[in-house]
Amino acid sequence: MSQEAWLTAEVAGPKKASLITKPEIADAMIRQAKRPVFVVGSIAAEIDLEEKKLIDYVIAMAKRCKIQVVATGNTNNEFLKRGFTPDAVMPAVDIGNRLTDPKWQGVDGKGPHDLALFVGLPYQMGWTILSGLKNFAPNLKTISLDNVYQPNARWSFSNISIKSWIMNLEAILGKRED
Amino acid sequence: MGTKEINISIKEIETEIGNIKDLRFSVGRLAQETWDEPQGPTPFPSMSTLRNWDLTLLNRYKPFYLPFCDLCCLCTYGKCDLTGDKKGACGITMPGQQSRIVLLAACIGAATHTSHARELVTHLIEEFGADTRLDPGGLNIKVEAPITRLVCGMMPETLGDLETVLDYSEQQITSLLACTHTGQEGNPFDLESKVMHTGMIDHLSMEVADIAQISAYDLPKADPNAPLVDIGFGSVDTKKPVILVIGHNVPPSVEIMDYMQDNELTGDIEVTGICCTGIDMTRYSPKAKIIGPISWQIRYIRSGIPDIIVVDEQCIRTDVLDEARALKIPVIATSEKNCLGLTDRTGDPPEEIIGDLVSGTIEGALILNPEKVGVVAVRTAMQIAPKRKKEKKGIFLSHDEAMEMAKECTQCRECRRACPNDMHIPDAIKAFSREEPEMLQEIYESCVGCIRCESACPQGIPIHSLIVAAGEDTLRNESFKLRAGRGAIQDIEIRQVGGPIVLGEIPGIVAFVGCANYPKGGNELAEMAIEFANRRFIVCTSGCAAMTIGMHRDEDGKSPYEVYSGNFEAGAIVNVGSCVSNAHISGAAVKIASIFARRNLRGNYAEIADYVYNRVGAVGVAWGAMSQKAASIAAGFWRLGIPVIVGPHGTKYRRMLLGRSDHDEDWYVNDTRTGEKVYVGPVPEHLFIAVETKEEAMVMIAKLSMRPNDTSRGRALKLTHYIDLHRRLLGSMPTDIHRFVRMEADIPITMKEDIVAILKEKDWKETVIPDPTLIPKKEAAP
Ligand code: SF4
Ligand code: SF4
Ligand code: SF4
Repeated sequence: MSQEAWLTAEVAGPKKASLITKPEIADAMIRQAKRPVFVVGSIAAEIDLEEKKLIDYVIAMAKRCKIQVVATGNTNNEFLKRGFTPDAVMPAVDIGNRLTDPKWQGVDGKGPHDLALFVGLPYQMGWTILSGLKNFAPNLKTISLDNVYQPNARWSFSNISIKSWIMNLEAILGKRED
Repeated sequence: MGTKEINISIKEIETEIGNIKDLRFSVGRLAQETWDEPQGPTPFPSMSTLRNWDLTLLNRYKPFYLPFCDLCCLCTYGKCDLTGDKKGACGITMPGQQSRIVLLAACIGAATHTSHARELVTHLIEEFGADTRLDPGGLNIKVEAPITRLVCGMMPETLGDLETVLDYSEQQITSLLACTHTGQEGNPFDLESKVMHTGMIDHLSMEVADIAQISAYDLPKADPNAPLVDIGFGSVDTKKPVILVIGHNVPPSVEIMDYMQDNELTGDIEVTGICCTGIDMTRYSPKAKIIGPISWQIRYIRSGIPDIIVVDEQCIRTDVLDEARALKIPVIATSEKNCLGLTDRTGDPPEEIIGDLVSGTIEGALILNPEKVGVVAVRTAMQIAPKRKKEKKGIFLSHDEAMEMAKECTQCRECRRACPNDMHIPDAIKAFSREEPEMLQEIYESCVGCIRCESACPQGIPIHSLIVAAGEDTLRNESFKLRAGRGAIQDIEIRQVGGPIVLGEIPGIVAFVGCANYPKGGNELAEMAIEFANRRFIVCTSGCAAMTIGMHRDEDGKSPYEVYSGNFEAGAIVNVGSCVSNAHISGAAVKIASIFARRNLRGNYAEIADYVYNRVGAVGVAWGAMSQKAASIAAGFWRLGIPVIVGPHGTKYRRMLLGRSDHDEDWYVNDTRTGEKVYVGPVPEHLFIAVETKEEAMVMIAKLSMRPNDTSRGRALKLTHYIDLHRRLLGSMPTDIHRFVRMEADIPITMKEDIVAILKEKDWKETVIPDPTLIPKKEAAP
């Protein structure tokens, strides 16, 4: 377990993400959050996690943990194909920008989000947007749920194998009822 | 032509866009007598002259900062940690620092084009004389230099006049660069305003460079039917001696072609080019061939096909000499800006240099005289080629060799972690070692040729060569047609499309420009260009993007340039030329204001930008933008009010300029007719935005082409494209339609029911279509 960026040259810091060493950490953060939001990039529909795709985990998690979902890129299409309607469709930098605005009332207009979960963005795009949030959204907690270390999130997995990724996602899901 | 020196001295004037103090400017050879348009308020603007206009834009499109580094290391107080609300030892904040780096990048870009233009103009004056008349379009062009007229308030008539413009550009860039010094400008908005000033200067210098070379070298003069030329690796006749030229500044290549012509060698030698020199060579002679954009350098050099490499300036791999050395290909450096460590042989007789290059006594030479480069390159290629062809140096790894090398892979993943596009190289290498080349072939399609994977591989596997070995059939089949860069847009074309554009009835002008750092290969770019040409946008392109669009085939084997017209009209794909030809795209927008709308151009920047911003539905797309030049080119479009979309790598430009569609108060304009403020909706919604996928890009292009001035018919058409693309590519109706419908007549008839339902749900209210401006009306000066 190390805090090494997935793309070798994308060194960040001094302030860097703490490691999600066990699923309980992410689980607790989601439980504590009052208004979490999921930012789901296009790669979520490309990544195979054994018989499922990453996006299927996102859908299950969003439903079980009651997280609002923003589809970036063309991810909306993939959600709809699976019978799931995201709460908003917008470019990743647009949602990133809004999350830095403490007055923004969130995807549903009911108040600012206190936690943003990122998954499935191209690595460097996630890196830079999370950097924007690290620097300019001090009241927002961020978690990266990709299986690579995202140093600019508040919490991130390290570079972990697909197997251990699935285990973690299953564990977070497993602690919830439908 | 007037020859007297004009001195402009302004103590203080108050203009609508700001206050100008103590501006002095000497303009030699100003053509005052032949241009009766009155001088506008801001000729030769200094850094802060147009600040109010910039701030007007920046208040709508506030920077969203994406720090690419939390530290600053620009002075020895540092490194300073600027994370969050920390400050550097000099007091600078994170937003200030990000904008400062953007300004630095933009200065590098503008300095590069300006220096390019200066070298070119100096050379052309030496060769053809300062009195050589500028003629970028024959009888079809009266407004020969729209950006120069707009920015400088002067009408250049000769090559010599362009020196005045460059004096101004150089002065401005020096001051702009000075602003980035420790303890100088630190206010993020002021820095961003200076970024826009830099961008404007960049377009000015690009215009100078291109109209100079068009005039002196007789490149296509605003010619929509410029010849179709060959592009692609497969178009090269490898039996002939082959010269490769890489870079941007064309005089050495012109001399190569002239020497061949003068000595009746034109059919005997292949002259091939990579990057913009390639583009500009084919504008000079359709016999020259383009290999491809910047990312083709390694694969082409390693093929061993070039017998000699000539480099000029910009976007050349700095390790070109190492790559060439491995295959014993001699290299000639021709620019003081890129000497490659080679000995200066400019003063030596050509025979001696040729002798040394052919015998291999030297690996290359610096020759700072384009004419001499011509002789040496051609004769060296002819002498060295037979020997090289016999030895078959280079010429790719065989599949067997490559597969053997793949077996050395330990699956450590270092290559993938070095790859900017995070490609699945280890899996592909493993599959390749089992004689399954498909994955590696797929990587070939998206590989940008950076060879970072190779540098990272602890096993020393020449990964890129393996990729090329797998993709060899594709590479050898790369043979397409590209329409040579036509240069400027004719005045008559502007007159014909001006009305439909301003009324919104041609849905937009979309310019695909910039470098080749594509996230998923070049085909995406070609697909986008075709989609918008089919939707009857005017599609413009230049530089590496223009090449990429050409390297695509339809079912009949035709490239887009063989299918679509080159006229500046709806449904066309218009290649204007190289990077510096981008000025013709911004110039076309400016000419719409002056030729079609008869607005005064001269020294009247803010008014014209306000016109373009509110009326001309133009959008720039730099899908693979990577360079500092791309940063300054984009900034020049922003200041003119033209939004720019970049691909996913574009977030590394450190900040976006984003509108907030949910802030209604941001989207009011002044109605010139009534003096009232009118809500017009978020059009265009963003000024600079990176998007993730080509699907998202296409939806964004359609969306950003809307303007406050659209007539209902125009808006309905633009909405049709936006909604249709959103449905098809993103899967659903957009949820923000109510922000773009101003009155019922704006609603596309075929979608009426759906949209009316949405409007009801959103509590939509009708508004009016104003005569829009962002510049507050002031009493005209007495
Ligand atoms: S320029 Fe300022 S922030 Fe940068 S290293 Fe020097 S003192 Fe620190
Ligand atoms: S050369 Fe191609 S595969 Fe290798 S790192 Fe660069 S883009 Fe990736
Ligand atoms: S870096 Fe080299 S050894 Fe490691 S996975 Fe890539 S090709 Fe294999």
